[in-house]
Amino acid sequence: MTQSSNDIRESFFQECEDLLETLGEGLRRLDHEGEDIDTVHAVFRAVHSIKGGAGAFGLDALVAFAHRFETALDEVRAGRLARDVAAMRLFHRAGDHLGDMVAAARAGSGPDDGETARLQAELEALIGEPAEDEDEAEAGAGAAFEPMTLDLPALAAPEAGATRYTITFAPEAALYSSGNDPVLVFRALARLGALSAQADIDAVPPLEDLDWREARLRWTLTLVTEEPEEVIREVFEFVEGNCALDISREADEGAPPEAPAGLEVTPELDDFLGAHEADGERASDPAPEVAPVPADDSAPPARPTGQVPGQGGAEAGTRTSATIRVNLDRVDRLINLVGELVIKEAMLSQSISQAGLPAESDVSSGLDGLKQLAGEIQEGVMAIRAQPVKSMFQRMFRIVRETAEISGKRVRLVTQGEHAEVDKTVIERLVDPLTHMIRNAIDHGLEAPQARAAAGKPEEGTLILSASHRSGRVMIDVSDDGAGIDRARVQAAAERKGLVAPGADLAPAEIDNLLFAPGFSSKEEVSNLSGRGVGLDVVKSEIQSLGGRVSITSERGEGTTFSISLPLTLAVLEGMVAEVAGQTIVVPITAVQETLQPAKAGLHAVGRTGRVVESRGELVPIIDLGLAFGYRGPLERLDGHVLLLVETDANRRCALVVDHIHDQRQVVIKSLEDNYGRVAGVAAATILGDGRIALIIDPDEIASTSAGAEPAPEDIPLAAAE
Amino acid sequence: MTVTVLAVDDSRTMRNLLDAALSEAGFDVRFAEDGAEGLKCLSEAAPDVVITDINMPRLDGFGFIETVRRDHGNRALPILVLTTESGTELKARARDAGATGWIVKPFDEEKLIAAIERVTAA
Repeated sequence: MTQSSNDIRESFFQECEDLLETLGEGLRRLDHEGEDIDTVHAVFRAVHSIKGGAGAFGLDALVAFAHRFETALDEVRAGRLARDVAAMRLFHRAGDHLGDMVAAARAGSGPDDGETARLQAELEALIGEPAEDEDEAEAGAGAAFEPMTLDLPALAAPEAGATRYTITFAPEAALYSSGNDPVLVFRALARLGALSAQADIDAVPPLEDLDWREARLRWTLTLVTEEPEEVIREVFEFVEGNCALDISREADEGAPPEAPAGLEVTPELDDFLGAHEADGERASDPAPEVAPVPADDSAPPARPTGQVPGQGGAEAGTRTSATIRVNLDRVDRLINLVGELVIKEAMLSQSISQAGLPAESDVSSGLDGLKQLAGEIQEGVMAIRAQPVKSMFQRMFRIVRETAEISGKRVRLVTQGEHAEVDKTVIERLVDPLTHMIRNAIDHGLEAPQARAAAGKPEEGTLILSASHRSGRVMIDVSDDGAGIDRARVQAAAERKGLVAPGADLAPAEIDNLLFAPGFSSKEEVSNLSGRGVGLDVVKSEIQSLGGRVSITSERGEGTTFSISLPLTLAVLEGMVAEVAGQTIVVPITAVQETLQPAKAGLHAVGRTGRVVESRGELVPIIDLGLAFGYRGPLERLDGHVLLLVETDANRRCALVVDHIHDQRQVVIKSLEDNYGRVAGVAAATILGDGRIALIIDPDEIASTSAGAEPAPEDIPLAAAE
Repeated sequence: MTVTVLAVDDSRTMRNLLDAALSEAGFDVRFAEDGAEGLKCLSEAAPDVVITDINMPRLDGFGFIETVRRDHGNRALPILVLTTESGTELKARARDAGATGWIVKPFDEEKLIAAIERVTAA
């Protein structure tokens, strides 16, 4: 099964991604681990392979750039070029740019901002010779071995009429042991014109003295052809270093020296060539010249022509790869179907329990088996969409390098847990927020080298990007060992911007969370790095739209950590199913901190309708979901209801009132926006076991939209003081 | 009878290109991803001709060819190396290692098949 050229082209770009990753990793290893020749080789090979593939698709600019890059790396490989800091920096930039060029070629565009030329010039300067001449210089080194492509058009204008060439050809032993065969050379010559050959067997010793390792035969060939000499030399291209060869034109010599035209053709050879011409098969296996040609005897018998059509060779030969490419739509359709399967299974389970069948009945145990299978299928299908975060992490090295360069800081990025897997869509949509957070960490978190030195820290700051699985979610942390958050400055800035009341008594976590407030920027002057008109508030909302949450911890002088918590998949959710005014709702379990009985909890009234509940020494605003969704009017009493204490973004908490809790289960997320429309406070919908639709609520949104009716958290300590 | 080609190259793209060109032309193509794997495949695939890249992990093209040639039964096996236009020095080194000839990358189908035909009695 051969692939279309488009497929091959696409597979080239996919391979490029891997190669660029290898390249980046290799360069980083060289940065930190010093001399390692295997790594230098691997880096060289990556660039070399990109160049090779690019050549096949006519991506000339890419080939030219990769060639310079490769040449410089080869100099390093050969030990002719020192791998100092400047060279490594250039290699990193060249690697980044190579990635850009591959991306541009893939997109079919060729945007060149002059960076190609600039880097090319720098690479040439590093190599220390103008790269233009390099091919020629190299050619000179192997002078006996002129490069000639097979389809080289005749360089000289063909003479009118044929020319007679006399060729003396004396193979050396090495010719036979390199898989070459004089007969094949003769055959090729015979195609150019009338060929006669005279074997010179004078040097062949008597049989008893014959050493098969020695080559004793030589030939004098006469060729009458219209082809120029270059074409004849081309026939000898492969054997030229392994034989004595002389080609002379009749005009050059007074008369043909040894073999007059058409005379004394070895009859066997004539037959032989004739047979070859006739049917392309070897007439009889033994070659006409015997003893010193051991190579010929061991040649496989009867080689067929190269143009045998089809014959199923392809499927036998093409190795099955360990991976296949699948259209994402198909995977998503499968995921949807598995979602339906899980719902059907839940419905079946519910009807069975309603039918009153005992747990040990065949139907029940059969259902248990089905449940387990459905669960495994679901997991398996989700795993198809899962990808290691590695590819995303790898991209951050470049961000770090560039940001450090511009900000004049020295940063080392360390990645951990890059094999943790997350849904492909999550990874794709996480790139921008993560990029922003990393820029932010370098720009605002890490100190300048002098300041670090003064604080007794190494001048090079460390940024740790780590991923780990924790209770069904993926945690991604961005930690720096910088100065930590200057809370007094943050609060002052927030006050100036009117984000908090002047002199408000804020907990450290509350101050930290101000960084996520819309319109907040702690830097007095707008930085062109992490600034870019986007605040951390955008980062936060992007992460939230993925069902994720972001939080900050910071220690003055020690550093800051941004933690992102993400669902493994966007397709299912672990939810708490509850009832409110006869409606079933689902609260994401990750948001629920604890459940409380109002009767046993300390309730306080705030204002006319507001209520707060005391929890762990804090007063938490209460929001009745029935009221928030308009299912019912204000409740007189909360007795008999249940409070779900949920943590919203910004580390605030609120207590949601529900009538009672059904259970806790995995639900399949169905988009409400696709099927109905956007509803405030609702994240999505799901279908329950009994076929009813339940809304999955968005606690953050409910907390913020209901904030007007409820006391703002800042006010609570004041209320409690009374 | 079909001509069997063993193609040894660590680049997936290059293997795909060789596969597309050679399978189309009726060759039976086998693949190995580096020299070490190439050696392993050699006896089983019993190729009529081998095409090998030079720059490969584990065992490069030179080492691969030298090892193949060390077995006297393989002294006549045609081995073509994949090289670039500027790889004059590489060609010389490949020849010293025992390569039969070379194919200049990027190759087109015709060149590739012509090179194979030059070294096999096809």
